[in-house]
Amino acid sequence: MTTDAPSQHDAEREGRLGIDQRLAELEAHAIFVIREVAAECERPVLLFSGGKDSVVMLHLAKKAFEPGKIPFPVMHVDTGHNFPEVIEFRDRLVAELDVRLVVASVQEAIDTGRAADPGPTGSRNRLQTVALLDAITRDKFDAAFGGARRDEDKARAKERILSFRDAFGQWDPRNQRPELWRLYNPRVRPGEHLRAFPLSDWTEVDIWRYVAVNQIELPAMYYSHRRTVVERDGMLLAVGAWTPPGTGEEPFEETVRYRTVGDMTCTGAVRSDAGNAWEVLVEIEQSRITERGATRADDRFSEAAMEDRKREGYF
Amino acid sequence: MELLRFATAGSVDDGKSTLIGRLLHDTKALFDDVIEAVAASTEKRGGEGLDLALVTDGLRAEREQGITIDVAYRYFSTPLRSFVIADTPGHVQYTRNMVTGASTSDVAVILVDARHGLREQSHRHACLSGLLGIDHLVLAVNKMDLVDWSRDRYDEIRTEFAALAEALGVTTVTSIPLCALDGGNVVDPSPHTPWYHGPTLLQHLETLPIPQPANAHLRLPVQIVIKPPTGTGEGRWYAGSLAAGVPVVGQEVVVLPSGTRSTIKAVEGSAPAVRVQLTDELDVGRGDVIAAADAPPQTVAHLHARVAWMSDKPLTQGSHVMVKHATRTVKAVATILHDRLDVSTLQSETKITQLGLNEIGTVEFLTSLPLPVDAYSDNRTMGSFIVIDEVTNATVGAGMVTAA
Repeated sequence: MTTDAPSQHDAEREGRLGIDQRLAELEAHAIFVIREVAAECERPVLLFSGGKDSVVMLHLAKKAFEPGKIPFPVMHVDTGHNFPEVIEFRDRLVAELDVRLVVASVQEAIDTGRAADPGPTGSRNRLQTVALLDAITRDKFDAAFGGARRDEDKARAKERILSFRDAFGQWDPRNQRPELWRLYNPRVRPGEHLRAFPLSDWTEVDIWRYVAVNQIELPAMYYSHRRTVVERDGMLLAVGAWTPPGTGEEPFEETVRYRTVGDMTCTGAVRSDAGNAWEVLVEIEQSRITERGATRADDRFSEAAMEDRKREGYF
Repeated sequence: MELLRFATAGSVDDGKSTLIGRLLHDTKALFDDVIEAVAASTEKRGGEGLDLALVTDGLRAEREQGITIDVAYRYFSTPLRSFVIADTPGHVQYTRNMVTGASTSDVAVILVDARHGLREQSHRHACLSGLLGIDHLVLAVNKMDLVDWSRDRYDEIRTEFAALAEALGVTTVTSIPLCALDGGNVVDPSPHTPWYHGPTLLQHLETLPIPQPANAHLRLPVQIVIKPPTGTGEGRWYAGSLAAGVPVVGQEVVVLPSGTRSTIKAVEGSAPAVRVQLTDELDVGRGDVIAAADAPPQTVAHLHARVAWMSDKPLTQGSHVMVKHATRTVKAVATILHDRLDVSTLQSETKITQLGLNEIGTVEFLTSLPLPVDAYSDNRTMGSFIVIDEVTNATVGAGMVTAA
């Protein structure tokens, strides 16, 4: 009698596909959090930027409620300075999943005088907080899912999975609810709300491995392409209507991809030949610079840039 | 790849932030821009080189005061394992954070300063870890350079800690002499400890056995009921995260607290996040527990539990609260306050009238609806609950069922 030994091929395949305890645990936990919030909160909403973390969030939300529909709408906080391909991608995905899209418009906040116009080429990053909080108040959302990860920033590392916000949308890092076991407490009073971060324990590598293993489609700008850019403060910025070349800046064509997707005025590209998720993974595992440090001007102001924005009610 | 979750605890100035910074730095988990930022911050504070404590202290107030205020989570991986660190502050007023960090950890690393040895905080941290069911403690004897890498001093602390762990019923203790500042025995072996033959801290974390939940009887707390699209004729799905066991088609189950019996008709999803269908059309909703019919949990309206209290407003006999257990939140009243545990001396004090902030005691709650519970020592999920303030909605207590 003979026994079949597991073949070399199977072992390799398993390693490459990353079917491992870590990813399975992260996925199950995220699904658990999404279901808890959906079950206990009356009006949850999922914040969707078109970025990879929010695409993974939407994928997980779909899995959490199969074979039913995702039972909450999706909100895009629109700075008006979008990469056009991201908007196209957003609309297609929302239609496929048959979820309602709510747009919180920064332009509208400026037009109605709720926020000061930083000028045609200024960053609208911080103004997103105004548009977001206004939309949460207007539609009485009591929970907003976000794709933030604790590995992104020192202040984020302090944040709970369910993060309580007072009636002004503020985060008080010194007075957070203790989070014990997997017993999440999503109870809020009218006017208060929660931010729910099911991807808290994921790292950038985990996101990419999950995208690769599950063959999740992302906006094409995440993969290597040619683009006209200028070099500014050590970052490559796409040249566009809101990001004209500055004095002395010479636009040039470069093969690039994006590590994050945000407002066009503050999101930089990196030189890359990675054409799919597996190739991106290889690059990231070798990279020596964090994604926010490499490509986000909005985090470069000070040591506590993220903490200050989060206290005000940022994502 | 395996995932190990560990909590780190230490008193103020034991060098915990430096140790974590060292672990991250020496495992190459820090990116260049983070290292540059830390170097710049170090210089701004009048220091030289890299103050690794600045890697983890994330809030403005923490850097200003040079202390850690809140639990922070850190991530790093090596070719052997990936790790989640729950970094818990050492201040006595923030003890609730130790309970929080330990509640999701497999292992606790307790840091002491070799010059000071065990302090009240060390006893507290070991005791809380034990209470939360962590049966693997690592004693990191830090700042060995400040006691000239003395083997005698190390042995003294190690022996004292072993006695403490034994008193707590913790089964596995590993001690490591190290220096977070120069990195000795953290990731790489120290040249100063030829007398120490054990692993470095990282080697130990990479190889210690990860506690695996026993292959226990089915416990599925229902999170949500999913109605399939209309017209498909399909039945309802009960979705949740398995607290124990794995459901199998044809398995006989009981729905609690009602006690109705049925059989598993279908299972989908990947454990632990699953959804099941039952053969009978039953009234099953969020909060119910689907359990193995031949070995169900006890369904009780009196919760007898160890409780860690986390609010300025003390718990007294007759306090009205809410209790969240598994996926159900019910009203409850504290009927008996049995005793209070002194976590420094491990002595219990009876005839108490209240349980104050950061105190631990044995309490009995009467709940408005019976709850299916297991003892915490048998099942962390089915044996734990949180106490919620009815008015503020704040989480004010953590409970562990002592006997079901």
